[in-house]
Amino acid sequence: MAKARVLIRPKEGILDPQGKAVERALPALGFEGIGHVHVGRMVELEADDLEQLGELCEKLLANPLIEDYEIQPL
Amino acid sequence: MIWGVLQFPGSCDEQDALHACEVVGDEARLVWHEERDLGGVDGVVVPGGFSYGDYLRAGAIARFSPAMEAVAELAAAGGPVLGICNGFQVLCEAGLLPGALLRNQELRFICKQTDLLDADGRTLSIPIKHGEGRYYAPEGMLDALEANGQVAYRYADGHNANGSSRDIAGVRNERGNVVGLMPHPEHAVDPLTGSTDGRVVFEDLERFAT
Repeated sequence: MAKARVLIRPKEGILDPQGKAVERALPALGFEGIGHVHVGRMVELEADDLEQLGELCEKLLANPLIEDYEIQPL
Repeated sequence: MIWGVLQFPGSCDEQDALHACEVVGDEARLVWHEERDLGGVDGVVVPGGFSYGDYLRAGAIARFSPAMEAVAELAAAGGPVLGICNGFQVLCEAGLLPGALLRNQELRFICKQTDLLDADGRTLSIPIKHGEGRYYAPEGMLDALEANGQVAYRYADGHNANGSSRDIAGVRNERGNVVGLMPHPEHAVDPLTGSTDGRVVFEDLERFAT
């Protein structure tokens, strides 16, 4: 079995209120100069064949209309 | 008209939907998500709730249930299908309706009575209660929906509480027999709960489906 990590994030240009909420909290904590925060999901899995992950992402793990995904073999 | 109301693990509005179907139709029955056969119903309601815990994304897992395969067949044959709240999310995930539902703009769960406008310009008073109800579709798709008359319901001025694109509260497919909306018409069919405008949503669907 091969391990992989799938990162799923909101597509560029789609309002990401979670990312904005985190960003707004930063100055109060003393963090300066941090912006463009986006909150997504991470899925870790093991598979016999990593080739099928693209289709898995398209059909289930991500919604391609609103999310981008990135498959990272580990 | 015999209605079937789907029931997933985590559904919570199926009883009200069943009651609403009994009010507007002749008969209604619950359909468990593992049933592959809808048992000869004429139309289906995919109700609100948190199917499969809303894990991954709202509606993402429910769309793969056996009952949803049967719903897709019914929809393809022209049968009326109404998705309410989580049911709307399920129909979008299943590709039976265009677009997607995102987290509310202000990140809060919202529960309140809301004014909607239907395609005939009538104002309907119907409650909303959701955390992920912000309708989204790419600009080109929104233009096409408006051009084809597929925007079924909009929030009235000042009532778009979740930040939906172009105030869209509900859409229908091209054929008109599949409709989804975030507000809850099944909670507004009885004078006891303050409004009976929800009946109009069922009537609209029957009219567009035939």
